[in-house]
Amino acid sequence: MAAELHVELVAADRSVWSGEATLVVARTTSGDIGVMPGHQPLLGVLESGPVTIRTSGGETIVAAVHGGFVSFADNKLSLLAEIVELADEIDVKRAERALDRAKSEADAAAERRADVRLRAVAAH
Amino acid sequence: MGAQLRVYKRRIRSVTATKKITKAMEMIAASRVVKAQRKVTASTPYATELTRAVTAVATGANDKHPLTTEAESPVRAAVLLLTSDRGLAGAFNANAIKGAEKLTEKLQGEGKEVDTYIVGRRGIAHYNFRERKIAAEWTGFTDAPEYSDAKQIAAPLIEAIEKDTAEGGVDELHIVYTEFVSMMTQEAVGSRLLPLSLDQVAEEAGTQDGIRPLYDFEPSAEDVLDALLPRYVESRIYNALLQSAASKHAATRRAMKSATDNAGDLITSLTRLANAARQAEITQEISEIVGGSAALADANAGSD
Repeated sequence: MAAELHVELVAADRSVWSGEATLVVARTTSGDIGVMPGHQPLLGVLESGPVTIRTSGGETIVAAVHGGFVSFADNKLSLLAEIVELADEIDVKRAERALDRAKSEADAAAERRADVRLRAVAAH
Repeated sequence: MGAQLRVYKRRIRSVTATKKITKAMEMIAASRVVKAQRKVTASTPYATELTRAVTAVATGANDKHPLTTEAESPVRAAVLLLTSDRGLAGAFNANAIKGAEKLTEKLQGEGKEVDTYIVGRRGIAHYNFRERKIAAEWTGFTDAPEYSDAKQIAAPLIEAIEKDTAEGGVDELHIVYTEFVSMMTQEAVGSRLLPLSLDQVAEEAGTQDGIRPLYDFEPSAEDVLDALLPRYVESRIYNALLQSAASKHAATRRAMKSATDNAGDLITSLTRLANAARQAEITQEISEIVGGSAALADANAGSD
């Protein structure tokens, strides 16, 4: 059996996902980072972007994360963010509409949020 | 029906209607407490993880961050008071306000100016009535606060703490809220959010003992701390808002329960009085008839 790490994906008002994984890829402010079991203790600031979790069952879980932190110690990885959405939960049509609206209103933050959602769905 | 009896009957009807209302309010509050408690539980994992991360950075990084170091001579402190928008909750708001006043007095005793920030109409009304200055106020979400509300509250507070005290900034941030201990016990507590006391944070995270891992910071310790501390404040405020909401509903439930009980007692004693009044009326009628017939008999006997 391959080595595993425990992942907690936590939003401000709920715990989104937790379980065992073999690889987690997240985007920090200084670039994408991949964490595998036995990584050295790490604490980083996340950019808004998709997070990919490869579970020990071989599945791939993608979530859109809007800002937040990643911390890893003792083979336990926590991903904290104010807003976390699993790719399954994202309504593509709504995100597309939000993207169009954000573009027409030149709302950079909203555009970025919608874009991250769509990319998370695409990567799924 | 006699006048006395009618008055009692009317009062019984009115108290019964009031009892129905308070009973309904009690049940609504009870269901809201459960909902609010569930929200507190749901927000716990985020708060725990965040606290752990703050402890890790603050102990791992040696540099002095304005949010973790105490000013040498603090001149101004901010007090955030959490009350509710609506009353009918017993001493809930009075206790929170009393807690804030005690803390304010203590801080002023230490020679600090105090800026008061208030959440909830009750607290605002209390301060406005006494014509005290309020630095900022928020209303409209105390029954079911969202994370965005906590963010909205935290923004000006963080701004104030980052500003220089000479320009109206503050050195310390205190929060007064009602802690939800249990369904029956809620306690107004005041605690210092900033500057962060690391021992206290470590105690909360339960990591006082044991060796902490040596973290690798991405991109750097200062940047991580810069990003982490505002989130930490937001999360603490969010937690306080949720606890305060749960406490308010619990206090309402208790107040309404005793109102319902009192209404029940009142109905019992009023019913007794009404029964006595009815009995007195009957007795009086009988004695009137008996007296009347006796007088008639006497009169007849006299004429014979």
